[in-house]
Amino acid sequence: MTKRIGRYLPAALVFVGVLGLWELAVRAFGIQQFLLPPPSSIAAAFVEHFDELMTVGRNTLVEAVGGLVIGGVAALVVAFAIARWASASRALLPFAIAANSVPIIAFAPIMNNWFGILNPLSKMMVVAVLVFFPIMINTLRGLTLVDQASLELMRSYAASERAIFAKVRVPNALPYIFTALKVSATLSLIGAIVAEYFGGARSVLGQFIITEAAFFRFANAWAAIVVASAVSIAFFLIILAIERVAIPWHASARIVDSS
Amino acid sequence: MTDSVVRVRGVDKVFGIGADKTPALQSIDLEIPKGAFVSLIGPSGCGKSTLLRLIGDLTQPSAGTIEVNGKTAHRARVDRDYGMVFQAPVLFDWRTVQGNVELPLEVSAKDRAGRADRARAMLALVELSGFERRYPWQLSGGMQQRVAIARALSFEPAILLMDEPFGALDEMTRERLNLELLRIWKQTGTTTVFVTHSIPEAVFLSTHVAVMSARPGRILEVIPVDLPQPRNDLTREDERYFGFIKRVRERLRGRDVVRPGAAEVAAS
Ligand SMILES: Nc1ncnc2c1ncn2[C@@H]1O[C@H](COP(=O)(O)OP(=O)(O)OP(=O)(O)O)[C@@H](O)[C@H]1O
Ligand SMILES: [Mg+2]
Repeated sequence: MTKRIGRYLPAALVFVGVLGLWELAVRAFGIQQFLLPPPSSIAAAFVEHFDELMTVGRNTLVEAVGGLVIGGVAALVVAFAIARWASASRALLPFAIAANSVPIIAFAPIMNNWFGILNPLSKMMVVAVLVFFPIMINTLRGLTLVDQASLELMRSYAASERAIFAKVRVPNALPYIFTALKVSATLSLIGAIVAEYFGGARSVLGQFIITEAAFFRFANAWAAIVVASAVSIAFFLIILAIERVAIPWHASARIVDSS
Repeated sequence: MTDSVVRVRGVDKVFGIGADKTPALQSIDLEIPKGAFVSLIGPSGCGKSTLLRLIGDLTQPSAGTIEVNGKTAHRARVDRDYGMVFQAPVLFDWRTVQGNVELPLEVSAKDRAGRADRARAMLALVELSGFERRYPWQLSGGMQQRVAIARALSFEPAILLMDEPFGALDEMTRERLNLELLRIWKQTGTTTVFVTHSIPEAVFLSTHVAVMSARPGRILEVIPVDLPQPRNDLTREDERYFGFIKRVRERLRGRDVVRPGAAEVAAS
């Protein structure tokens, strides 16, 4: 236990140190609130608007998670189809690659138009398109970059394609999928907030930040940014925890004997 | 000769096409009787692995025929007659030791109820009881190789094909695993084809040693090793054991002339 504390102590000290310097610098140089509010006023804003911040944070998280689920499921389906059927690969892969080159955020106003500016679905769709490619490509990699010897072993058992898929390719792909999900967790929050900047319900992070900034209540905007960061980190950690449980055998989850 | 389990006749194997053509094996004839333990030995690159893979239907001959249990090699593979052990253990990281040994039983949907017991019995055979719930990466190299052997034996294959299974192990572990392998072979009576680089290992384990020439690989001679069974530590001190080692070594060096018909195991 003391070991654990020792491990995180340097990072904690840096964090506290940076906050302290920030506070001091703002006071010492008399930096204007609208340029950079000191941590103390951000903290005060956070406490004052706690309920509202929780609500907008939750609403944005719902959009991010919803979008990740929609985009993730679509990506898995496409990746499995491509890996399973060569003809599917020829038909779908060019489009998937083309889609990746599109600046997805440019679609946000269109999505607002399609799914309704107040409908969270419009933000989810932006997120979905954003996370689709990294998940699809990583899954495809995991399904196809399989140790040749493993395939040969399965062949020696006269295993069916289906059995090879279920017993070799899918387990092999799981670490790749989780890597993509961890990247996408952050990506999905960025997507949701940026999509909200293009208009949407009032009680979401993006709109909250825009409105507060417009009224020069910058401490409130910063408090919302803190919430956004916390939500993003929490989302990442949740996926990390699921990964630990789902693939305990993977190298990333192995207990390293570090003494 | 009707009891031959493996019958290789006039087999050639050529890799690549055009200018890249590599003849790997040339006019291979080999008959392996039921219950035999045949070692393939020869210089690196002479086609030992290729011959093993041909018998196991993991690659196709360019000419000639391979019969296994009176069927084509392909049919035999589809009938799941083979247990393969490769040079690397090829265990699945995501399966426990127990799960790895159960894999072939799962694939063949065989013995659904007795699967776990069967796997445990095989692990006991290779002296890995108590490690069922571990993951492969928690085991030493030699233990992993023993898991691979337990896996190959778990579904009682008619033929065991082993490609330098102990190649990466130290001498002590190797000798111990040799004894274990012989014990298992005696117990199960499985016809075994075993590739090795080690002359003493080949002589110690085998009922027949097939000596191969450098590329393109041919079988120079099949030497019957009639040392008494069961083999044990005393075998390694037997004078005749050294005699066989000398004979194989000289054959590998290319002394002695090829005697016609010598390539037929069952002729002995
Ligand atoms: N897939 C392949 N494509 C082309 N050539 C191959 C292939 N597999 C093997 N060969 C060639 O066939 C020859 C025999 O290879 P093989 O692996 O059977 O040798 P080996 O006797 O097992 O050697 P070692 O003792 O080093 O394992 C080699 O010259 C090799 O280059
Ligand atoms: Mg080889």
